[in-house]
Amino acid sequence: MTTLAATGVLHASWLLLAFPVFGTAVLLLGGRRTDKWGHLLGCAMSLASFAYGVIAFFTLLGYPAADRSRDLHMFSWIPVDGFQANIGILLDPLSISFVLLITGVGSLIHIYSIGYMAHDTERRRFFAYLNLFIAAMLLLVLSDNYLGLYAGWEGVGLASYLLIGFWQHRPSAAVAAKKAFIANRVGDAGLSLAIMLMFAEFGTFNFGPVFHQMLSGSTSGGTGITTAIGLLLLLGACGKSAQVPLQAWLLDAMEGPTPVSALIHAATMVTAGVYLIVRSNPIFNVSPDAQLAVAIVGAVTLLVGAIIGCAKDDIKKSLAGSTMSQIGYMTLGAGLGPAGYVFAIAHLLVHGFFKAGLFLGAGSVMHGMNDDVNMRRYGGLARFLPVTFVTFGLGYLAIIGIPPFSGFWTKDGIIEAAWDKGGTTGYILAACAIVGAGITAFYMSRMMFMTWFGRRRWEGEEAPEGAPEGKAYHPHESPAVMTWPMVLLAIGSVGAGAFLMLGQRFMNFLKPVTGAPATPHGVWSEPGIIALVLVVAGLGIAWFMYGRVPVPSIAPRGSFLTAAARKDLYGDAFNESVLMRPGQWLTRLSVYFDSRGIDGLVNGLAAFVGGSSGRLRRIQTGYARSYALSMLLGAVLLVAGLLVVRL
Amino acid sequence: MNGIPWLTVAGALPLLGSIVLTLIPPVPANSAPGDVEARDKLAKVLALAFSVATLAWVIVMATRFSTSGPTYQLTEQYSWIPQFGVHYALGVDGIALVLVGMTAVLMPVVLLASWHDADRGATRRSVKSYFALMLLLETMMIGVFEATDVFLFYVFFEAMLVPMYFMIGSFGEGPRQYAAVKFLLYSLFGGLLMLVAVIALYVYAGDSPATGHHGTFLLSSLVHVALSPTAQKWLFLGFFLAFAIKAPLWPFHTWLPDAAASAQPGAAVLMLGVMDKVGTFGMIRYCLELFPAAVSYFKVLILTLAVISILYGAVVAIGQKSMKRLIGYTSVSHFGFIVLGIFALTSQGQAGATLYMVNHGFATGALFILAGFLIVRRGSDRIEDYGGVQKVAPMLAGLFLVSGLAGLAMPGLSTFVSEFLVLAGTFSRYKVAGSFAVVGIILAAIYILWMVQRTTHGPVSESVASFRDLRARELWAVMPLIALIVAMGVYPKPVLDVINPAVKATMSQVHVTNPVPAHPAPAANAAHAPGANSSHLKGNQP
Repeated sequence: MTTLAATGVLHASWLLLAFPVFGTAVLLLGGRRTDKWGHLLGCAMSLASFAYGVIAFFTLLGYPAADRSRDLHMFSWIPVDGFQANIGILLDPLSISFVLLITGVGSLIHIYSIGYMAHDTERRRFFAYLNLFIAAMLLLVLSDNYLGLYAGWEGVGLASYLLIGFWQHRPSAAVAAKKAFIANRVGDAGLSLAIMLMFAEFGTFNFGPVFHQMLSGSTSGGTGITTAIGLLLLLGACGKSAQVPLQAWLLDAMEGPTPVSALIHAATMVTAGVYLIVRSNPIFNVSPDAQLAVAIVGAVTLLVGAIIGCAKDDIKKSLAGSTMSQIGYMTLGAGLGPAGYVFAIAHLLVHGFFKAGLFLGAGSVMHGMNDDVNMRRYGGLARFLPVTFVTFGLGYLAIIGIPPFSGFWTKDGIIEAAWDKGGTTGYILAACAIVGAGITAFYMSRMMFMTWFGRRRWEGEEAPEGAPEGKAYHPHESPAVMTWPMVLLAIGSVGAGAFLMLGQRFMNFLKPVTGAPATPHGVWSEPGIIALVLVVAGLGIAWFMYGRVPVPSIAPRGSFLTAAARKDLYGDAFNESVLMRPGQWLTRLSVYFDSRGIDGLVNGLAAFVGGSSGRLRRIQTGYARSYALSMLLGAVLLVAGLLVVRL
Repeated sequence: MNGIPWLTVAGALPLLGSIVLTLIPPVPANSAPGDVEARDKLAKVLALAFSVATLAWVIVMATRFSTSGPTYQLTEQYSWIPQFGVHYALGVDGIALVLVGMTAVLMPVVLLASWHDADRGATRRSVKSYFALMLLLETMMIGVFEATDVFLFYVFFEAMLVPMYFMIGSFGEGPRQYAAVKFLLYSLFGGLLMLVAVIALYVYAGDSPATGHHGTFLLSSLVHVALSPTAQKWLFLGFFLAFAIKAPLWPFHTWLPDAAASAQPGAAVLMLGVMDKVGTFGMIRYCLELFPAAVSYFKVLILTLAVISILYGAVVAIGQKSMKRLIGYTSVSHFGFIVLGIFALTSQGQAGATLYMVNHGFATGALFILAGFLIVRRGSDRIEDYGGVQKVAPMLAGLFLVSGLAGLAMPGLSTFVSEFLVLAGTFSRYKVAGSFAVVGIILAAIYILWMVQRTTHGPVSESVASFRDLRARELWAVMPLIALIVAMGVYPKPVLDVINPAVKATMSQVHVTNPVPAHPAPAANAAHAPGANSSHLKGNQP
């Protein structure tokens, strides 16, 4: 598909970025003066971007399918001889899908935050960071070259850092924020190396020319290079999307306010890795090794995340494990080539609805439960938070993939694409995805039973043992400003999947960018039915363990696997022993070496040569002119001496 | 050479200010404290006025610079010591111009930030001498960038040490005498090696037909002198060691953390931000342009030292307990990037390194000044004495974070542009060196964010609780830097347009061209990237 210049309405697509940038600038520079209306401005800017996104979407739809890739050159960013980086916007079916997701779900979460953050004195700063996030995320998906993408990529990392650490006076939040940024930086280093490699090989990192090189096959002699680029891109994706081995930061990231978890650490930012891989599809299509690595990372992560999700009693951490797992599905889909891209993106979009909805639901529960996140102290809440319960329940049905809810359509697509790949690899990948579906049903059902059903495990006015100090629970439904976003997201959880997948609607839309499977899938397939059986089994086991019998308020010790899963399958322990400890030793050793080794040598030499300190002290008379004079004298003598010798 | 002597005036204005300051009569010994304060304030305001006037002059001067004109512009040349062929010769190319500009911008900022550095605390020191020294230093620093005569360059290079020596030794903190002497000895040692090389250069020039057998120090003549490869190697080493100490490059860096920790923050900014740039500037101007054969002989060694500097400086920075020393070590790391860019010998590396010098001056300047504001409030340089500043002084903490983010090269801020250019330019020729250097960006995140976390996050520590947020004077000092950091991160083109022609000239002087991509993207597919005004494809011809 050729890219045409953006004309007409699309000529103003810079507005998409300008709105949230303006919001951030006003709210940060305006300071306390904007406290009164800051949250409204934040919402308005996000909604304005959404409104323009909708207009742009329909404008694109109005063009013939082959003409839907439009580019707007904004300005020359870094012009150096042989190196040209621009800021430019590429609007095509892939990027506009993301624009609608980011600004749509983003606006809902902005609105929800008005209520959620109502009692926080720093609410304005919160909205400034949210706007900053929207701007950076839009730059990430809209840039027409890799360096611009990288700027957005690091920008969302910064917004994530600021928002995880929003309550920075809590040491745990400050540590989690830093950890997230550094883990992301490891991935970012991979992405930046990929860009440098493109520059060294092709002399450019603009999407068009790079992809053209891939399609024209002129790099056939250099598949090693494309594989290297692919693997480096994957490293970047692993950092941003919390895929194994860079997954550990996401669970800690739950320290951030819940709307942040919903927007950044569930619906949008963490899916950027999937965007990167699907956007780079011409690169992966010609390097099967890199593609297989993507699929393996996805399959492993979907299982790891699901297992972690099973063991957590903290509702947000359980959902975080789930996010990791669902992104694993998307990554798996993206690793299946043109057969999987569409499903990966479709799953990403519907996941944006149901996972954001689930997180906002969790936030609503916490709002009513004095910010307690321990599900073992929940129970029987359905009666007290009816709207939250229903919207949460719909999100639940969507994520475990019960037909006809959203997740069914898209997850089934990924499972079937893996199955269709065939061969041992294909069946192993498909088996992982199918087993993952069963585990998903288990941990999500566990969450449902523990939170909404059964005996209540909280005491009315009295604080139970181990609860946050001196706080009592008054479960109550959240205000309308919080429930309406949940309702809208629930509608998406119910209908978005069928809307996108029935009649190949989304596939035909995305096909010009990503290609499509050779044979379209039907609604029912063998692997899909197996998965559905496992889903029912998972639900049944969860009912057997958490629905049928009362849930103990104190977590039982559990098996070896439970213990491991509670510790995030030792992700942190690994980081600590392999990276952090040796790193600390290296640091200490270097500091010691620097002061004793190099400097010691220098000082020793100085003492040896001149008996320096003693003698210097004697000639230090404290008068500026004597210093100046002696220096001048010395210099003159030296110059004279050298001249005499030389001439 | 006719018309207004732009460059001379740019250097002379601060000198004039320095003289005026010293002429302020001292207050009689028995006068009231109020009189002393008034007199001090006069000195400060005068110093600020002269530095602002210099800045204004430099801005106007910059508009006279034509990006399509000859390499060196606004030149002035007078015979100074005819017996030895020494000239008073000034001129700026794009590289020198942006560095002069950076110096002129930093000076008023530093003066504002150092407003009370000389009259704070129990020991009163002469306010007017401190400010006069700073202005004197500005003259030397502007002169060193403008000189196009090697001897004149040497004079400024050495003279620069004098004011800085006193600024550390008399007005510093902690073991300031030790630090000042160490700084001086290191620099003098390097300077002497350079002097030998300078004189040898003169002798060789006298033997060369290119100069008509007249010994000269003029850069424009010296570049035509044909030197044997052996001579080039020795002379190169003489210059390079001086610059490597100044820059500072590992393992010649140990004077820097001591000097940075003992100097007042303002003086440290001038030292890290401007004076040390003379080292890397000298590498481009003298090492590269005069001794191309030696460059290709030594470059692998130097690239190795640069990569070691990047990683070593960063790792040692992580382990520091004092803010000033930490920032000092980050500069060792950053100077590693600059040297890497210079000796990668690609236009991206060179342009990136030049831009890096400017950006580092602003970013590290802002970080150091803000650290100074923290230190003044708490009376301690130790990181562990802080905690929770964000809660009590959000503006101070916020700007500290922004300048820290500039230190870790966050896109959108100026340092990213230069760092990426250096890395990409290095990587396109030396994949291993480039890959190792990339690890530096991870380490940068660790040393910056860990410092930010320990100082500004967490519960409010007792000693921090009474902090007040930035005063107007302090805000005025850092805001220009922050604004420049953001502006040059989003739109660095105007500065790059000035730098690019100079880089091109250097590249052709060294006889190198950019490496050609293995699979250059075809020129015809502009349709794939309509935005790119096709220049991204011109890739890599000489």
